[in-house]
Amino acid sequence: MSGRAQAGQAPAGQVQAGRGGEALVELRQLRKYFPVRGGILFGRTVSQVKAVDGVSLSIGRSETLGLVGESGCGKSTIGRCLLKLEAPSAGQVIFDGQDIAGLDRSATKALRRRVQAVFQDPYSSLNPRMTVAEIVGEPLLVHGVEPGAAGRRRRAGQLLELCGLSARLIDRYPHEMSGGQRQRVGIARALALRPDFVVCDEAVSALDVSIQAQIVRLLEDLRAELGLTYLFIGHDLSVVRHISHRVAVMYLGHLVEVADTDSLFDDPRHPYTQALLSAVPVPDPEVERHRPRRIVEGEIPSPMNPPPGCVFHTRCPLADEVCRRQVPALEPLGAGRAVACFKAGPAAVPA
Amino acid sequence: MAALLEIRDLGVEFRTPAGVVKAVNGVSFDVGRGEVVALVGESGSGKSVTALSVLQLIAQPPGRIAGGRVLFEGCDLLALDEAAIRHVRGRRIAMVFQEPMTSLNPVLSIGRQMTEALRLHLGLSAAAARQRAVALLDQVGIAEPQRRLRQYPHQLSGGMRQRVMIAMALSCEPELIIADEPTTALDVTIQAQILEIMQDLCRRLGVALLIITHNLGIVARYADRVNVMYAGRIVESGPAAALYRRPAHPYTVGLLNSVPRLDRPRGRPLEPIPGSPPDLHLLPAGCAFAPRCSLAEAPCRIAPPPLRALGDGQASACFEVERLLAGVPA
Ligand SMILES: Nc1ncnc2c1ncn2[C@@H]1O[C@H](COP(=O)(O)OP(=O)(O)OP(=O)(O)O)[C@@H](O)[C@H]1O
Ligand SMILES: Nc1ncnc2c1ncn2[C@@H]1O[C@H](COP(=O)(O)OP(=O)(O)OP(=O)(O)O)[C@@H](O)[C@H]1O
Ligand SMILES: [Mg+2]
Ligand SMILES: [Mg+2]
Repeated sequence: MSGRAQAGQAPAGQVQAGRGGEALVELRQLRKYFPVRGGILFGRTVSQVKAVDGVSLSIGRSETLGLVGESGCGKSTIGRCLLKLEAPSAGQVIFDGQDIAGLDRSATKALRRRVQAVFQDPYSSLNPRMTVAEIVGEPLLVHGVEPGAAGRRRRAGQLLELCGLSARLIDRYPHEMSGGQRQRVGIARALALRPDFVVCDEAVSALDVSIQAQIVRLLEDLRAELGLTYLFIGHDLSVVRHISHRVAVMYLGHLVEVADTDSLFDDPRHPYTQALLSAVPVPDPEVERHRPRRIVEGEIPSPMNPPPGCVFHTRCPLADEVCRRQVPALEPLGAGRAVACFKAGPAAVPA
Repeated sequence: MAALLEIRDLGVEFRTPAGVVKAVNGVSFDVGRGEVVALVGESGSGKSVTALSVLQLIAQPPGRIAGGRVLFEGCDLLALDEAAIRHVRGRRIAMVFQEPMTSLNPVLSIGRQMTEALRLHLGLSAAAARQRAVALLDQVGIAEPQRRLRQYPHQLSGGMRQRVMIAMALSCEPELIIADEPTTALDVTIQAQILEIMQDLCRRLGVALLIITHNLGIVARYADRVNVMYAGRIVESGPAAALYRRPAHPYTVGLLNSVPRLDRPRGRPLEPIPGSPPDLHLLPAGCAFAPRCSLAEAPCRIAPPPLRALGDGQASACFEVERLLAGVPA
């Protein structure tokens, strides 16, 4: 029933093709630059924020890919490009074999049925003036799937139950529910059109741990039952580790490491991934007291003015002259992982 | 010596169309100088309302302080008039809010918002305030602070906005910082960096920190003492080490079982607490956790259990705590 069992049987994920299967989603050298304007009101573009700077990645069918990294490194921007809410500055987003930039209006509408999102903030992502029935039923109306009000209501009730919510909540408004209930309404709405792919952007971050555990289990069960594919963006690495088959680590618009979950967490190769993992606090004061804390020194460079060479070199304990001058490519290291670091040795032979 | 902040029997209610909600129901705890105290608990259990009450930030109506006192250096903050409480806010007690977007003004630049507070509270000149703002942004790990000062909140990522809020809270060197989910939107390295800064302030300058968080790892790493809330009451409190070693309330046990842990093998299914959070309109007569509790017995459904001391500074509001500690599976 759970996704993890299947992940265990899957062949060690290839970097490009996901869990051995064909890719549902593929990013090819994706770039997204935002203009930065100077002056008071209508200033000209004085520079650019390189929010995403050449990311190539693929997600296999019914795979959960975790995406983690520094705040502001471009995770949500990638999610928004996948949802066609932002147009890439360069590069391509391929969904089910097609470049989504080339889709005409009706094909884009079809894409919007197949690709859905669950965002962090259940408070602001649901319309406060709509009842749960209307919120969950709206996509069915917009896409003409269920024109009749009674039919939509029935379907909304089924979706709520699928998400572990009592159908009795159907006439409530968002403010009349708890955060966890609202988050489930958001998920029910995202599932209304039977999508193939769901971008979960900090989907459980705002929830208390018990409700978070419920939602994570729900997402896992839905993946197993409906064959969903997820991009799971999150800061809580213990949750990302729990739910993901593979994990991609970003820093300042670049991918620095991609690996299947166990290899990444058991044997992180990129110095940034290592720093990230060592910063995760463990819920046990005894363990914490004896754990070395390795705080990454220095500040995050600005995406408007990223450092030359490896983007991490300004904070990396291993950086030398080469790192300051050359950009390391994301190189396959074997055992299904890839690392963008001149200093990363070969992957440890799995025991 | 009395603690810096003493909350005594605080009660806060909200009038809603469906009736009166007792969001906070007889909450008492202390925060000492230089101490890091965590407030954890179910979503909707009254953590934010407790924190907001300290600075008289509950909108009245629909809210109402139903009773209790909030003593700050012995002075009851709930009794202060608007002018007097404004003098405390930001300057002596700073607050970092849960949702940075709602507490930053969208039409003012980051620089304007930061320097205004510095000039108002510390009487700095425009140039000095600007210099200090740059230093503060730098301290919370924001690159190119000069340029960021010219930007507006929507141009920053969620994590950067949160760090701006933290920089503003630190700016006037308060005696107490109340931080409501201060690092939820941040990645773990920045989270660690900021919490280290805050902890360092506590240790070095004796600043007290009341931190509200869902992250039990943060609590384990940084908190000296923990208060666990459920349905408007404190159900367990104690030194962090004791509470994690020997949780003395079934709800605390449930919380600790809900989190995946990096130091444990992967693949164990998560164990959410069964059932759903209580409806504050329809609280049961007895213990609010009883409907979800496998240890609940008849007395638990009659009256709410009081918080009883267990020794070593730990206290639990559970009639069945002896059975729980004796290892009867919860
Ligand atoms: N509309 C915009 N205009 C200008 N800059 C933007 C815009 N949207 C995002 N950015 C910038 O792009 C970068 C990446 O932002 P993004 O929201 O993708 O980060 P993130 O990885 O999701 O961060 P967080 O973990 O804090 O949510 C940031 O530097 C941000 O300031
Ligand atoms: N303005 C209001 N009107 C009505 N009810 C309110 C209002 N503000 C808060 N409440 C209720 O008071 C209770 C406590 O809310 P509070 O925000 O303190 O929860 P919390 O413990 O901070 O939860 P979370 O972890 O989700 O932030 C909730 O049930 C909430 O619905
Ligand atoms: Mg984001
Ligand atoms: Mg809150």
